[in-house]
Amino acid sequence: MASAAQGSDATAARLSPKVDKVEVSDHSAAASKKEAPVRFQISNLNFFYGAKQAVFDVNLSIPAKKVTALIGPSGCGKSTFLRTLNRMNELIRHSRVVGDIRLDGQDILQMDVVALRRRVGMVFQRPNPFPKSIYDNVAYGLRINGYKGRLDDLVEHSLRRAALWEEVKDYLHKSAFALSGGQQQRLCIARALAVDPEVLLLDEPCSALDPVTTAKIEELMFHLKDSCTMAIVTHNMQQAARASDFTAFMLDGKLIEHSETSKLFTTPHDPRTEAYITGRFG
Amino acid sequence: MMRIRLIWRKSLNVVMLTLTGVAAFAVVSVLFMILGYLIYNGGKSLNWAFFTQLPKPVGETGGGMANAIVGSMKLLVLAALMGLPVGLIAGVYLAEFGGRTFAFIVRYTTDLLNGVPSIVMGIFAYSLVVLPMKHFSTWAGGVALGIMVIPITLRATEEFLHSVPNSLREGAMALGASKWKTIATVILPAAKGGIITGMLLSLARVAGETAPLLFTAFGNQFWSPGFNQPIASLPVMIYTYAIAPYEDWHRQAWAAGLVLLGLVLLANVGTRLALSRGGGSRSV
Repeated sequence: MASAAQGSDATAARLSPKVDKVEVSDHSAAASKKEAPVRFQISNLNFFYGAKQAVFDVNLSIPAKKVTALIGPSGCGKSTFLRTLNRMNELIRHSRVVGDIRLDGQDILQMDVVALRRRVGMVFQRPNPFPKSIYDNVAYGLRINGYKGRLDDLVEHSLRRAALWEEVKDYLHKSAFALSGGQQQRLCIARALAVDPEVLLLDEPCSALDPVTTAKIEELMFHLKDSCTMAIVTHNMQQAARASDFTAFMLDGKLIEHSETSKLFTTPHDPRTEAYITGRFG
Repeated sequence: MMRIRLIWRKSLNVVMLTLTGVAAFAVVSVLFMILGYLIYNGGKSLNWAFFTQLPKPVGETGGGMANAIVGSMKLLVLAALMGLPVGLIAGVYLAEFGGRTFAFIVRYTTDLLNGVPSIVMGIFAYSLVVLPMKHFSTWAGGVALGIMVIPITLRATEEFLHSVPNSLREGAMALGASKWKTIATVILPAAKGGIITGMLLSLARVAGETAPLLFTAFGNQFWSPGFNQPIASLPVMIYTYAIAPYEDWHRQAWAAGLVLLGLVLLANVGTRLALSRGGGSRSV
């Protein structure tokens, strides 16, 4: 009975935001025509926490080797959306995904979840280093994936990519907790980069950091674009404007507008986007 | 009017503060009285022979409880080997996997098990091990103590695993770790300080148990080679010696009490030191 009720809710939800959807797909189509190949193609994505729907019928493409920012007020579903891309939401009981998510054309819901998460790394809102040494933190992903080569080189390489090597090279075997918050967050980025993911999902990575460290991480993202596709959830619109190539604006679980960052911030299409980026709500 | 109320409130405050202070002092002083009395009486009777010699037959003075010290250790090792893994693994199950209903039943049963009188544990082990084997043995004592170790270990494991922040689980899984790998390589190491403390507490508790050993390990005036014979233990020795009508035995019982307490304390402090030196994993 319950599932039938949910089903009709979902149908209703799928019908109502029709207008937005047309607009959105126009924009993303225009954007992706010019740009690099699409890494993630998300179609008609709905997400439910039990009976409560958190994401409504989202269509979005994430282009390869670009930074896509997701902005929107608290509780708009942007984090939830991000976490469906590496299936982290599966850890939540009674959650349910309906829709189609393709990574390089492959349906991620059919993929082995371990293989998926190797290809799609994640950095969380609060730095979450393991209670291990700096070295062991970075080597963790390699070890659990049975990597047999020289760990030392890869640990150094990953720490360099995360712009942390110079600061920690003499303390590699010290506990990761000895680092400052910003260093810990870069360590978490290094840890994610160690397994060489194609995509890096960043869930408000700077919300617990000071402006100087935030600038460091944004710069780091800029350099990572050569090798990595990134999607970042952020509360900070300046950050989205500075650090991203594309921006998607979400509201109440729906994708309102998605276009090139410069366009979205200068000539927003939807009045709600304009209201949000000019600070009239959220 | 205001003045009277103010005075009343201030004096009430003083009275309450005094009451809490007195209660706290009473608790601490009881502990120190026990400790002081034990050290005073036990220390007088403690000598090198106590650690190296077997008990003397009735009528002869002197001798020691070397067999009971070794016996208690053997029983504890058996109890640890049987009880700790069960408690640990069940605790991991409850914290990381347990569904609602089944986990509730297990948790509730564990609390009940923790409250079962220790002598009933003895009877249980007696019918489980002693009756089929037809004689008292170290095994039987180990089983009785082993069962008693489970509940505390389990609840400690569960509690400390719950206290590990979820962000660590997510971090490991986001790197492609399977659930069991996450638990084995990140979650358990993060909680190990608390879990090991819980295990020590449970062992310290059963180290002083007399009742479950009375008709399982029974007791022995001599060495007990292997695990198949009755074995002496410090608590049972204290019990036997304390109710005997000989002055010398009473002194030995005091000494045994002091040694038992000392051993438990030593194990506790030693492990904590080793843990705190082992790395910064406690501060999670």
